[in-house]
Amino acid sequence: MPAFSNAMLEQRHDGAVLPVNGSQLAFTTDSFVVRPLIFPGGNIGDLAVNGTVNDLAMCGARPLYLSAGFILEEGLDMDTLRTVVSSMQEAAAKAAVQLVTGDTKVVDKGKGDGIFLNTSGIGVIEANVKSVIGPASVELGDVVIVSGDLGRHGIAILSVREGLEFESPVLSDTDSVWPAVEALLNAKIEIHCLRDLTRGGLATTLNEIAADRSVCIKVHEAAIPVNEVVQGACEIFGLDPLYVANEGRFAVFVPAAQADAALDVMKKVPVSEGAVRVGIVEESPGRTVVLQSRIGGNRVVDMLSGEQLPRIC
Amino acid sequence: MKFVSEYRDPKAAEQLAAAIRQEVTRPWTVMEICGGQTHTIVKSGLEDLLPKEITLVHGPGCPVCVTPIELIDKAVAIAKRPDTVFCSFGDMLRVPGSSKSLFDVKAEGADVRVVYSPLDALKLAKSNPEKQVVFFAVGFETTAPANAMAAWQADYEGIENFFLLVSHVLVPPAMEALLSSEHCVVQGFLAAGHVCTIMGVDEYVPIAEKFKVPIVVTGFEPLDLLEGIYMTVCQLERGRHELENQYTRAVRREGNRPAQERIAEVFEISSRQWRGLGEIPASGLQLRARFQKYDANLRFPYSGEQARESPECISGLILQGIKKPYDCPVFALKCTPENPLGAPMVSSEGACAAYYHYGRRQNVQPELSSSASR
Repeated sequence: MPAFSNAMLEQRHDGAVLPVNGSQLAFTTDSFVVRPLIFPGGNIGDLAVNGTVNDLAMCGARPLYLSAGFILEEGLDMDTLRTVVSSMQEAAAKAAVQLVTGDTKVVDKGKGDGIFLNTSGIGVIEANVKSVIGPASVELGDVVIVSGDLGRHGIAILSVREGLEFESPVLSDTDSVWPAVEALLNAKIEIHCLRDLTRGGLATTLNEIAADRSVCIKVHEAAIPVNEVVQGACEIFGLDPLYVANEGRFAVFVPAAQADAALDVMKKVPVSEGAVRVGIVEESPGRTVVLQSRIGGNRVVDMLSGEQLPRIC
Repeated sequence: MKFVSEYRDPKAAEQLAAAIRQEVTRPWTVMEICGGQTHTIVKSGLEDLLPKEITLVHGPGCPVCVTPIELIDKAVAIAKRPDTVFCSFGDMLRVPGSSKSLFDVKAEGADVRVVYSPLDALKLAKSNPEKQVVFFAVGFETTAPANAMAAWQADYEGIENFFLLVSHVLVPPAMEALLSSEHCVVQGFLAAGHVCTIMGVDEYVPIAEKFKVPIVVTGFEPLDLLEGIYMTVCQLERGRHELENQYTRAVRREGNRPAQERIAEVFEISSRQWRGLGEIPASGLQLRARFQKYDANLRFPYSGEQARESPECISGLILQGIKKPYDCPVFALKCTPENPLGAPMVSSEGACAAYYHYGRRQNVQPELSSSASR
């Protein structure tokens, strides 16, 4: 956004890293609009806490404090609100963050969608983290690791919206990923970049970084973990799981020499036990994500234009 | 994943590719009919595995691409009416009409909804009796049974606020039209497996015979396509021109008889306009007299603006396989998925959009892979 241009915003990361009195603070904000408010595996409440916690974690920052702003639509079912608030409290406790300030506004019926929720968060980058974690640190030869299987959140939401029933229900992956990041930092893994794989999924994240650094990110389709039910739903709807949203998954860029160590560390943490190596950073063709398909052909993985639309047949 | 992963197996793919390489002695141009097949070919990078002698051209089997612009304009006009719910399959929403798409009017407040089945639209009509619910019934023989069923069901239940805006097209007349053109470059066809699942294979036998062209009914997974190409090449190299069925796990010779009967009960054959190809006689379906009360064309007469195609779009040549998307001077420059000048750039099944998304932009990224630069 040119109107807001400044050095902090130009970091183009999930949150801003701010020098304050000799320490490095991370600051981020996110608004949540989701329909339905309650979905398999979570609701807008834990989503809003985990989303902001994860944005801080992606800066390499320990999440500390959150704010919450509610915009409630008149006539909202009180049980829904109770469920959402208690999920927020549980998610905050689990992520060891405190909700320290908040605000509530009520709008007329028909002027909202039940609940709109905004959370902002502050975290601290521990003194022993010397390197800058972000797209600018991505280097040629870096290995790309994803923290687990992709597409659960998007498909969980879609299944409710479309009234789909699966033999085994797909639950949203909404969760705090800080424990995985903390484990990587504690193990002194040289993290170059962290990105959560929310809206737009892995494909969008990799494209942003490839464009930012003018590099090529090569990924192997066969290595990309997708749960069988999620894959099935994607086949039915003509969606590509690479673009489907996640709420508890991230990608980490590390030097090739540290990839195995990083994987070992991540696999010991529940939220990232499904971590796998999916790709590598190369020089050319720049600003491009190339996927080697299962059958061995190559194709570009592009930025999504608009929403993914279900196909006719 | 069962019934999927075994058809994307790299070893089997390489074996089939090797068999094709061994068989080929000279250049051949093969057209896959269906946009779903185009999508798989480009998405899996299948052309990287083929010998340079094989050129794949992409046929007109993308319903979004061949729906005439006049009909998009009509859909947009109907969607803008008060008390109307306009239902459509998702990928029709972004198709540009002369001045607006369904997405545009949705953003302006029209009640436009994505549904996955015409029966969902019928359900909406039942639960909203005060609204007129219109379903955009586009597609080939594949979607015709469900659309026929929706009209039949509406009639059976006496529902009066449900309408179909029909733009159904048929594959065999389009193949004949392509083959009859003096510019035809196609030497063999991969016929659309799903269409044949419904209609069976018999109607392709006379085409193979009359035009002396091999036709192989082919599925949609990478191995299906490789095998279909292999079978076509074997025929071409041996001078045969027969109908063969690669997609035996889904296609029976006689097709799906109950589905055919339902189509025949509700629809009759009619002439149709194809976007990019023009009018083809007896190439579409329209509602029979008994079901005309559900015809949105009759219910909502439209005399709107004169339809305008972009003069720069060469989709007609692309849909006939005469040009590749990257041969178009505006491809990936002025014409992109965000700002499509023609329908093949809109649907993910359209050849232009598939080339754009998966990086086959010869004029933009020649270094991507060897086959993209040939």
